Amino acid sequence: MAILLEKNTTVLVQGITGREGSARAVFMRDYGTKVVAGVTPGRGGEDVSGIPVYNTVEEAVRAHGRIDASVTFVPGPGLKDAVFEAIDGGIKFISMPVERVPLYDILEMMAYAKVHGVKLLGPGSIGIMSPGIAVMGWLGGTPEFAKRVFVPGPVGVISRSGGQSGTVPWAIKEAGMGVSTVIHIGTEPVLGMSCGDILPLFEKDPDTKAVAMFGEIGGPYEEEAAEAVRKKEFTKPLVVYVAGAWAPEGMRFSHASSIIERGRGSAKDKIKSLKEAGVHVVDRPDEIAPTLKRLLKI
Amino acid sequence: MARLYEYQGKQLLKAAKVPIPQGEVATTPEEAGKIAEKIGKPVAIKAQIWAGGRGKAGGIKFAQNPEEAKKVASDLLGSEIKKLKVEKVLVEEKLEIDKEYYAGIIIDASREVRAPVVMFSTEGGMDIESVPSEKIAQMPVDVLRGFRLYDALNLGVRLKVPTKFLPAIAQAVMGLYQTFRSYHCRTAEINPLVQTKDGKILAGDCRMAIDDSSVFRHPELGIEVARESPTPPTELDKIAWQIEEGDLRGTCYIAQMVPEIKELNYVGYHGIGGGGAILGVDALNRQGLKIANYADTSGNPTAAKVYRAAKVIINQPGIEGYMLGGFIVANQEQWHHAHGVVKALREEIPKRPGFPCVILLCGNKEKESMEILKEGTKDLPGRFEFYGSDKVYETEFLAKRMKALILEYRRDRGIKEE
Repeated sequence: MAILLEKNTTVLVQGITGREGSARAVFMRDYGTKVVAGVTPGRGGEDVSGIPVYNTVEEAVRAHGRIDASVTFVPGPGLKDAVFEAIDGGIKFISMPVERVPLYDILEMMAYAKVHGVKLLGPGSIGIMSPGIAVMGWLGGTPEFAKRVFVPGPVGVISRSGGQSGTVPWAIKEAGMGVSTVIHIGTEPVLGMSCGDILPLFEKDPDTKAVAMFGEIGGPYEEEAAEAVRKKEFTKPLVVYVAGAWAPEGMRFSHASSIIERGRGSAKDKIKSLKEAGVHVVDRPDEIAPTLKRLLKI
Repeated sequence: MARLYEYQGKQLLKAAKVPIPQGEVATTPEEAGKIAEKIGKPVAIKAQIWAGGRGKAGGIKFAQNPEEAKKVASDLLGSEIKKLKVEKVLVEEKLEIDKEYYAGIIIDASREVRAPVVMFSTEGGMDIESVPSEKIAQMPVDVLRGFRLYDALNLGVRLKVPTKFLPAIAQAVMGLYQTFRSYHCRTAEINPLVQTKDGKILAGDCRMAIDDSSVFRHPELGIEVARESPTPPTELDKIAWQIEEGDLRGTCYIAQMVPEIKELNYVGYHGIGGGGAILGVDALNRQGLKIANYADTSGNPTAAKVYRAAKVIINQPGIEGYMLGGFIVANQEQWHHAHGVVKALREEIPKRPGFPCVILLCGNKEKESMEILKEGTKDLPGRFEFYGSDKVYETEFLAKRMKALILEYRRDRGIKEE
């Protein structure tokens, strides 16, 4: 088992004929994901390596019946329309591997998704993967690489860094373990599902025995993870590393969700809040896997 | 965030019908004098810099007449306040303050909110962080519903603002929200919102920052670099931004850490992936090395974008080495990075023989990338070391190799310092 993305989850690719969309749609399908259709306005009737393309989400849904999830390979300024369209098409889980999205577009998407009970991942999320089962986004990149780096196992992974969402599973594999589901929560200043939303899902998954989290400075995410642990929404072992202890306030390190604002979101505050909740905080990222091994007695 | 200066923010407020003090911006003492003359009464002269606590740091001064205004402006212009150079001053009528309020809007990313939050306080003029929570009224805004005038009135009512001033204050809060919304701000603040002795309500100060990803919707603001930074963009920042602007294929982020390198031990730093790149900086620091710039090329950028980034990084005067810190087992095909970096090295290394380059590139298409790097640099006169996945967490080792190569390069150049 896994969370959010399972064996029978049907997936739509919005922007399927673009540079990333076409390459990743084929990768996702070849990895085992049930990619049923793609959408690009004006390209209805074509196909991408056998995946049928439609002009609109509504048209795709009419042809295929209910579609569970969508991944949006569209430029930032076009994301809002794509997400509204997916929500109106009855899709309940949307993964958004898109950066540089206007902030108000994000806020409107969040509000609209909330009204319709839709789960959003990102924006700026490179994706979600349940190893051996399915992948959405470009986590894993190619089937060969994905198979080499991500192996199935008992550890859930939540990462705030796109790159680390490949590196942490790789380190876990090197240590002789594997992962249940890997999720990169995204990079934009306001995000959909975050650590505090995902931990309770891992709690309910019988195959996840522990969770590793790669944290970063900025935002409320690590504090919300600590809160979920305090409220007993998550009771399994949780190992966390928080990057960016040296970063000065107000400076941005690469992506917009990792900025320290108004004196909040420093590594020190996050580590304190996690430790107080009883979370295992490690000082270096290469200690994540050995710590998990010790806690899981593998 | 792309920050606006006080004078720019006030112009936007004025357009949204928020009253502001009479005044104009000046870049020379003469201009300041003329503006003071036009105002015809005592003026405040305010340094235009991006820093809080400006008043206490000496950035706000007063003048009784145009002559004095000229003198004060000449002291302020060109001076440094909180390490920021003053290039413009705002000359405004001096307000007779009776009371100070606060109005501000932030974006709250926490999971129960994920929306703008409008805040109002009867305790203005100080940092809102130090105001007790019972003196702050706030309201998260449902963006599908918007923020209405009666919401603004209710914020005032909750804090018992006298009815006499309530409509004007609510109008100002409303104007702030409208500006925030139509200019896609990340934060906006009127602090203080002034009630004058003659009963008027005006924006005394204003701080605003535009969301980076929305800057393209506002060319009229003339923002040169749509990036968060505590200081105005340097020349290098501007060049680096040109790589990113208008090209949505992957991310290229470069920020200069020091304006001018005057000592040894600086490295041009080219990270891949925010989280991992930060780890490399920690390790370099522990070896006594400093980064001249921070950079990140990720999200599967094209080779052309990576090339331009590497070229800008290597060209920083005074650096003694280049590190490609790919401290991630990347999902993106790394050969785009390999191609881009090789092109930059082929153009730049012949100009600086012996130049040290430590290159870590791991993940998807790693083997192919290593071949591209080795083949592409084998006839170049630099010092190259290439590493892959087995060194992805070996930050200390890589920082030590960087340091060792830098010392060799120094010996080549007859520099004895270690």
